[in-house]
Amino acid sequence: MDLFTVAFVSAFIAGFLAASMPLLVASLGETIGEQSGVLNLGIEGVMLFGGYAAFVVTLATDSFAWGLLAGAGVGILTSLFLLVLSVLLGLNQIVIGLAVTLLGGGMTSVLYFENYSRSTPRLGKDSPLAIPGLSDIPVVGDSVFSQPSVFWIVLGLAIAVWWLLVKTNFGLQIRAAGQNPNSLDASGGNVVATRAIAVLLGGFFSGLGGAYLALISTGTFTPFMTQGVGYTAIVVTMLARGRISWVIGASLVFGLSVAVGTVIQLTTINLPTDIIKMFPFVVVILVLVIFARSAYVPPALGLPYSRGTR
Amino acid sequence: MVSRTENRSGRSTPVLSIRHITKAFPGVIANDDISLDLYSGQVHCLLGENGAGKSTLISILAGMQQPDDGWIEAGGVKTSISSPRRAMDLGIGVVYQHSTLISTMTVLENLMLGDTGHITLDIKGAKARLEELGEVLGTRIQGSALAADLALGQQQQVEIAKAMWKGSKVLVLDEPTSMLTPQAVSDLEASVARLKERGLAIVFITHKLREAYAMGDEISVLRHGRLVKRIPPEELANSTEEEVKDVVLGAMFGEDIGVVGTETFAQELSAFSDAHQLRSPKSFSGIPPALVLDDVSTSDSMTETPIRGLSLQIHPGEVVGVAGIDGHGQRHLAELVAGQRKLAGGHVKLEGQDISHLGVRGRQGLGIRYVTDDRLHEGIVGNLSVAVNLVLKRIGMSPFWRFGRMDKVAVDFEARSLVDSFDIRTPTLHTRAGTLSGGNIQKLILARELAHDPRVVIFNKPTYGLDLKTVGRVRTIVRDFADNGGSVLLISTDLDELVELSDRIVLISNGRLAGEVRNDSPRTAELVGELMLGPSA
Amino acid sequence: MTMTDTQVHQDAVPESGSQPPTSLARRIGIGFIRNVLPLILAIITSGILLLAMGKSPFFFYGEVLRFGLMGTGWQRSLVMLAPLLLYGAGLIVAFRGKLWNLGYEGQYLLGGVLVVGLAPYLTESLPLVLAFVILMLLGAVAGGAWTFIPAVLKARFGTNEIVTTLMLSFVGIGITNMLIRGPFQNPDVTVPQTAVMPLDTMFPKILGSRIHIGIIIALIAVLIVHYVLTRTSFGLRLDVYGASPKSALHVGINAPRMVIVLFLASGALIGFAAAVDMLGLWGNMRANWNPAYGSEILPFVFLARLNVLASIPFLAFYAVLATGGALASQDIGLDSHFMLVVVALILMFMSVIEYIGMKRDLGQSYVPPALRKALASLLPGRKATNS
Repeated sequence: MDLFTVAFVSAFIAGFLAASMPLLVASLGETIGEQSGVLNLGIEGVMLFGGYAAFVVTLATDSFAWGLLAGAGVGILTSLFLLVLSVLLGLNQIVIGLAVTLLGGGMTSVLYFENYSRSTPRLGKDSPLAIPGLSDIPVVGDSVFSQPSVFWIVLGLAIAVWWLLVKTNFGLQIRAAGQNPNSLDASGGNVVATRAIAVLLGGFFSGLGGAYLALISTGTFTPFMTQGVGYTAIVVTMLARGRISWVIGASLVFGLSVAVGTVIQLTTINLPTDIIKMFPFVVVILVLVIFARSAYVPPALGLPYSRGTR
Repeated sequence: MVSRTENRSGRSTPVLSIRHITKAFPGVIANDDISLDLYSGQVHCLLGENGAGKSTLISILAGMQQPDDGWIEAGGVKTSISSPRRAMDLGIGVVYQHSTLISTMTVLENLMLGDTGHITLDIKGAKARLEELGEVLGTRIQGSALAADLALGQQQQVEIAKAMWKGSKVLVLDEPTSMLTPQAVSDLEASVARLKERGLAIVFITHKLREAYAMGDEISVLRHGRLVKRIPPEELANSTEEEVKDVVLGAMFGEDIGVVGTETFAQELSAFSDAHQLRSPKSFSGIPPALVLDDVSTSDSMTETPIRGLSLQIHPGEVVGVAGIDGHGQRHLAELVAGQRKLAGGHVKLEGQDISHLGVRGRQGLGIRYVTDDRLHEGIVGNLSVAVNLVLKRIGMSPFWRFGRMDKVAVDFEARSLVDSFDIRTPTLHTRAGTLSGGNIQKLILARELAHDPRVVIFNKPTYGLDLKTVGRVRTIVRDFADNGGSVLLISTDLDELVELSDRIVLISNGRLAGEVRNDSPRTAELVGELMLGPSA
Repeated sequence: MTMTDTQVHQDAVPESGSQPPTSLARRIGIGFIRNVLPLILAIITSGILLLAMGKSPFFFYGEVLRFGLMGTGWQRSLVMLAPLLLYGAGLIVAFRGKLWNLGYEGQYLLGGVLVVGLAPYLTESLPLVLAFVILMLLGAVAGGAWTFIPAVLKARFGTNEIVTTLMLSFVGIGITNMLIRGPFQNPDVTVPQTAVMPLDTMFPKILGSRIHIGIIIALIAVLIVHYVLTRTSFGLRLDVYGASPKSALHVGINAPRMVIVLFLASGALIGFAAAVDMLGLWGNMRANWNPAYGSEILPFVFLARLNVLASIPFLAFYAVLATGGALASQDIGLDSHFMLVVVALILMFMSVIEYIGMKRDLGQSYVPPALRKALASLLPGRKATNS
């Protein structure tokens, strides 16, 4: 089979975006939280809650926009849990993160089973917002520039997050909270409030990521559908060290490895699907091995902050 | 050292008043009914030993803690300092003893950290303000420099600028000279003088009498949480150093003078006169060295300066002091001698034998011991009992462990004898070591390291942050050990301590030795200070 | 390092560290609150969730008890308990060293598939007991081997093990499926699964009940692990390392070696658990099958305060809950993953109660300053309280 037919390339690009966008969105959220010193291990749970909410809302309202918003909103609500327990009370972030993951997986699975297991509805794909002129470019035009409007919104969000972290006062406070919360406190900043907002922002993105995964990447909700994307977001965040350009790059690389797998399935190369599914994770591990020394975390990551205690 | 500048007192309303402040923690009253006033254009010295309650008072002023009782008056109006932000709004700036700068951020970023006026970072405005403050302080600081790259004296200047960022009425300096080179100390004194002229009220906290006398317009003495003596400006201005010394010492030690030692010793401890050596000078020529470091180097680490090609010898009975600005390789040096850090080059020899390949356990068995400066997180395991901590470096060894099992009787016996001989105050042998006070934790570590035939002991900042009684005890231990033939590597940022105890002092700078001073004249401290100014410092 | 905090504490710590005396009644009370209360609260909360879904919590939990304990239920629970004891011990060994081995699913599956795949050959050619021993060893080796890469990365480079173990877990799941579809595929059927082990090649049962000898093997093994962790010099070194890697280095403990040993031991115990599970209960493995015990027993391992002996009653409780829950869920028309929700709730309640307990011990109010100020400002007319 020719490797560069229109269908092939389109499928490649579509698969590429479907995999990298949710990861990018989730990584953006995880980055904000991580820069402030909060490790969200519950990210998979939040994404699942967001995905389920988005699915339910879009089914009911027939609107993708409402679905995405619902996903983001539920993400914020869920991260309230994380917020109260990890940031305000200072409980072990790893334990709480695991609890949120279990809760997310369990609850959405139970709810889906209750309500949809018999009907298994699917959603139609969003009508693409075509960019005039560009979307007329053969092959590429159709896939890239006719993407659902969300794609452009995601890129816009990435730039917004970069601006927030690098150019604003609040971004400086977030980074200080992760580097040295004592300094922030002594400077008159409020460590708890800063981290709280960072966590809620993180929840917004994680929920949105789950919503994207459900609504756009797959068009439906399946229990435990995240399949490790949340944890990959954590890896991306750790490697990127707060640099948004790296977050985007790493997400795209991951999406690439998933797309390669999908595309291989279209060819006559006969690789078992298991290997294909494993491929992205192997890539991540290789990246970690090669860049082992540079996986750097903010010094205050995972440590709860209390003023004046030993 | 420095002549006291004339103070311009507008002794009308104090800028800030502290009234009957009391703060208690479980088991101890840190501040007990303290009242004092701060006037604009005056330096008010708070004098007291470690543990007297100074840190608590500062954190109350900074808004980090709330008093249990009492109140604050700002310009005569009753108010409360409920948070660091509120302290800033009141014009109170605090410069802590240890840097609160974020080392991975630039000077400008650190300074902008408290700014919440606008959404976007106002870099231009910040640069302008930095220049303005730089002029006030008399220094130039690069806004784009990383805080980690600044010398300690410069870091302190940035901290002062930060404390004054929003406009200041009161500046609190917490033991500002403890880690500075003599040059940086005079820079600080000059800055303080200029700030006084501008009408700032300055609180200068120290445990060194001589500094308080030199810098202060007014002195308040703290002891065990109480304000035991106040020397008002008129009295201070009209007293000689001797007179002040008597008054203060009496207030600081009361009946403890007998316990602490002779009056002369007490003076040394409170650093009234310039410190001088307490041991008789010795000669070591002709005696083979006990420990030899032969061109040793360590590999880079993220947080500490590595050692590059350092050679040093320590003879039996000799105390070699290591002076230098904190973070110039002291930690690597201590660790490579102790066996905690692998060598990247060179050799370590003990009595002629090459021990470079031995780890902590091997070297410990040969008599090399390490009293670390990181007492809480490295020296002990807080959750384990005092008894277990005392045998912590002998896990698996008999008689404490047989066939892998712990012999509790043997451990308790050893622990009991160490607790008794080193006077470690603990409710039981099985109390969690982390609950002991700082002084007793240090005694625990000393007991452990000095048990069972020590030959070479590394002391890393052994008296830092301890109360004076324990300080005296520790220094006696070091002296006695050396007098009995032991070899000592004494690493410290306290020049007085080094002068008192060392036979010679070497200066470490950027991982290398930058010079040596024999401690055989009253000019030792001066000479070391000169070395620190030198080209390689 | 926050020297200012240490300095403040310098003023504050009294000469003698004091601990309040505790009477027996008080200790029992505290024990109840710390260990039993989270379970009760979780059950109540999940009951409320059930009500919201239109199901009766009493019926559900009644069924759970019935299926878990009554009749032959308790036997089935014991059968489930056998691998869980080993699994829990595996998690405890790593967690005590503050090493977060979260790759347990991959380790378990690889151990299990190797055992199920190779069992037919070994049991045919070797005496049964020898075959069992070798198979159990194989399971342990497989599980341990799967922790090797994360262990080395952590020991040499300090690479965060949460991420490496998780990623490898996914890879392990993939390899397991490949093995099932490939060399271990049952030639007699078309569905992807291994051959079913004949009953006489599996663990014998005790006294004609449903309980196989795996429970005895597991009990002996975890008691040995407990002894090593609490009574030997190795156990103390582990505790020191877990409490503070800095202290461990200072004291002369070989930290990199400790990391590798702990990881290998953890993986080995988990693989061992899988072997026991396969040889005693399942006898075969289907593709895409993942019982995911690890996530579900995590809270119980923590509730046991990472003590192997204490984990036994907690895991027994879980075994009853899970055994009964699986069947009760079917009965009531509920997705079997409901147990995950219950488990997550236990984790959360446990954390909160620990927090409250910790704050009370320190003599501080258990409402943290941030919350307290926020609450105080909501109450009209009340002056903002001091800490």
